[in-house]
Amino acid sequence: MPGVPEQLGPRKALLTQLWVENPVSRQVLGICSALAVTNRMFNTLLMCGGLIWATSMSALTLSLMRNWVPKRVRIMVSVLIAAVFVIVVDIVFRAYFTEVHKDIAAYVGLIITNCIVLGRMEAFSGKNPPLASLADGFGAGMGYSFMLMAVATVREVMGFGTVFGYPLLKGFMEAHQAQWVIMIMPPGAFFVLAILVWLVRWIDLKRAAAKAPAEPPAAPGARREQEAPK
Amino acid sequence: MILAQPPTELQPGFAATLLVILVSATFTENILLTRFLGMCPFLSISRQLKSAVGMGLAVVFVTTCTCFLNATLYWYVLEPLKAYHIPAESLKLILFIVVIAAFVQLMEMLIERISIGLYFALGIFLPLITVNCAILGASLFMINKDLHGLSALVYGFGAGLGWMIAIVLMAGIRQRLKRSKVPAALEGPGITLIIAGIMAMAFVIFQGMIKL
Repeated sequence: MPGVPEQLGPRKALLTQLWVENPVSRQVLGICSALAVTNRMFNTLLMCGGLIWATSMSALTLSLMRNWVPKRVRIMVSVLIAAVFVIVVDIVFRAYFTEVHKDIAAYVGLIITNCIVLGRMEAFSGKNPPLASLADGFGAGMGYSFMLMAVATVREVMGFGTVFGYPLLKGFMEAHQAQWVIMIMPPGAFFVLAILVWLVRWIDLKRAAAKAPAEPPAAPGARREQEAPK
Repeated sequence: MILAQPPTELQPGFAATLLVILVSATFTENILLTRFLGMCPFLSISRQLKSAVGMGLAVVFVTTCTCFLNATLYWYVLEPLKAYHIPAESLKLILFIVVIAAFVQLMEMLIERISIGLYFALGIFLPLITVNCAILGASLFMINKDLHGLSALVYGFGAGLGWMIAIVLMAGIRQRLKRSKVPAALEGPGITLIIAGIMAMAFVIFQGMIKL
């Protein structure tokens, strides 16, 4: 991953994943499930829980085994580790959330090939000590989750007028026929996520622009030289 | 539900059923635009038409073969195991991903031996495919839909073809996009997602035309 130094402490690794390298808004990874499950907030919450568990535990496991795994079979091993933890999630959801599980079953299985899980294992926990890897995986999961909950909130409120199934604006919306059906349908997911990515990048650009003039104007020549290679 | 009682092979009406499966897998249930699978390569490899076509072809080939393999293994090996209280539902995840990874590895070695030209056209995309969720997703949805044998093969082909159509269309649009002015913050993934949303709206039209 660009921008992530090789060795990071657990705390730093977690914080980096939360915002600076947020998997959804910065790297645009793992959004398959991000789009598919976000039309209801409760489904999203379950999915996020599953993903946090899968990323942190598989990162920890791979990190513990990192010195024994040959390079050639690395991806295979990572996939199998992820599969084991995802199956645990699948069984738990099947047992306790039977109704919701029917809706999101395929996507829970697809956590195995979620780019975030494999990406973190490939980029970080294959080379770092267990605690840092655990923090990194957990951070990636959390970063994914709060972006996803933001998307889900917009989609459920605008599409159904409910929050976690609780009718917040539902009566008003039905009276005025103000539901945005497109928010529940596939295109809505793309649009909301696009706007979210836009917003995050816009904040970044604003910050960068605010920072640039604040720098000491003593050496404008030096700065220009730095920018030139771009 | 046309497929409530799927006609078995060699019965009249089987070809029509296959056609229904193909069209619905490709268009009405486009694996990318209505199921959101395979988004990561869709966003990262759609910058150029040429690589999009290469990746698309590799996906079509791999989904077709792995769907058939997975269907055969699932219905003839895992399903009978259910009688012995073995949790086939959970084991299928491991089985599918192992089949896909092994198949991709094998293909890569074979293509490298047989044709070096094809290897450079397709080969570089093959390792990326193991982690393309469209492949695993196609197998999972296929099991949900209760498809066997030849129907599974056709479903896999349709799903791959749908994915390829979407990524090739997107690559075409993005090549044109290079000449247009996009707001700075929206460049890259942002604008791609918005285009994907508009494309998804176009594909929504197909919904309800054919139901599998």
